[in-house]
Amino acid sequence: MKAKKDEMHQVEMLIGQILRVGVVISAIVIVLGLVLLLMTQDSGYSSNQFPTTFQAIFQGIVTFKPYAVIMLGIFLLILTPVLRVVVSIYAFAKEADHLYVGITILVLVILIISMVIGYFGK
Amino acid sequence: MLNTVLILLGVGLMAGILGAILGIGGGMIITPILTLAMGLDIKYAIGASIIAVIATSSGATIAYLKDEMLNLRVAMFLEIATSVGAIIGALLTGIAPTNVLFMLFGALLVFSSYNMIRKLRGKSDAKTNAEDDQLSEKLKLSGTYYDKAEAKQVDYHVKNVPGGFTMMFGAGFASGLLGIGSGAFKVIAMDTIMKMPLKPSSATSNLMMGVTAAASATVYFFNGSIRPDIAAPLAIGILAGATIGSRIMQRLKPRVIRMIFIPIILFMGVQMVLKGFGVNFG
Repeated sequence: MKAKKDEMHQVEMLIGQILRVGVVISAIVIVLGLVLLLMTQDSGYSSNQFPTTFQAIFQGIVTFKPYAVIMLGIFLLILTPVLRVVVSIYAFAKEADHLYVGITILVLVILIISMVIGYFGK
Repeated sequence: MLNTVLILLGVGLMAGILGAILGIGGGMIITPILTLAMGLDIKYAIGASIIAVIATSSGATIAYLKDEMLNLRVAMFLEIATSVGAIIGALLTGIAPTNVLFMLFGALLVFSSYNMIRKLRGKSDAKTNAEDDQLSEKLKLSGTYYDKAEAKQVDYHVKNVPGGFTMMFGAGFASGLLGIGSGAFKVIAMDTIMKMPLKPSSATSNLMMGVTAAASATVYFFNGSIRPDIAAPLAIGILAGATIGSRIMQRLKPRVIRMIFIPIILFMGVQMVLKGFGVNFG
């Protein structure tokens, strides 16, 4: 029983680390873009324009355009709650809580469906 | 440009602290500042505030490696209702009578603040719900958390799961269709209807609103509503604020949190009812 409890504790700590790394990476990318923007005083795009497609964002990143870097960071931030749901499935699976593995997978499926609706329904 | 960045960092910091303490997204603070004080187009203000919701949620989540304050089972079970509600709400944009709905949801907030004032004046805040009902036992929704302000372990149980589930559907529906108030309704669903203590209600709401917002954020991201120069400093300020806020929340007495919560939902409620009548402010 104690071994099981230790294992659960380790799983929880691991999940905490994964989430923290995810959020910190998105924050670093945003800060990087922001610093770049303030240093160059140039967004990399003509006035009031910014990239909103993956293609445009990645094309902008290879040439270090500040707005492209920021948009990547913001997109990573949008993904952090999704990461949260994914690692929760793993946590419930480790606990052998099949009911909640099912419930959380359902949440992930609904989330992905609505993101896809969002992507194509723009 | 530096000035704007600093202002947005500061606004974000404040919104993040408050949002993490109360379990709300802070859109009600950010949208009026961006539109009224900074003259930003409402389209970009809404885009920025949806990023604010996610930043608050994720910032609050990573404050602790092992978060015992939030109830992951309650969050995931109720998230089904919220996210389905949000999709239906978003699909009904332009069809549903938004004026009536603004009045209805606004009235609900006003009523909830009245309810919470009664709860403040009574002694009932100190007691936690003592037993599971059948459904919450089946769903293993009971939980426990350590209250730093009161220096004790609090075990709690949850009841009226169908009522909470319905309210969560409404919360999702309102945020999908009207774009507002998802966090406040979530806290009310857990605290008032399901009788969860306020702190885990707030922490759980924080987690849930990020998940719900992620879906709508993709819409705004790809349709160009999220301006990088506005969203970036705001998000960074909020991330910092929310990690601070969730630490403060642990040390506050539930009573104090409730006293901050009541005027805010009362304000939101009045604002929404007026909006239903066609009066806009904030």
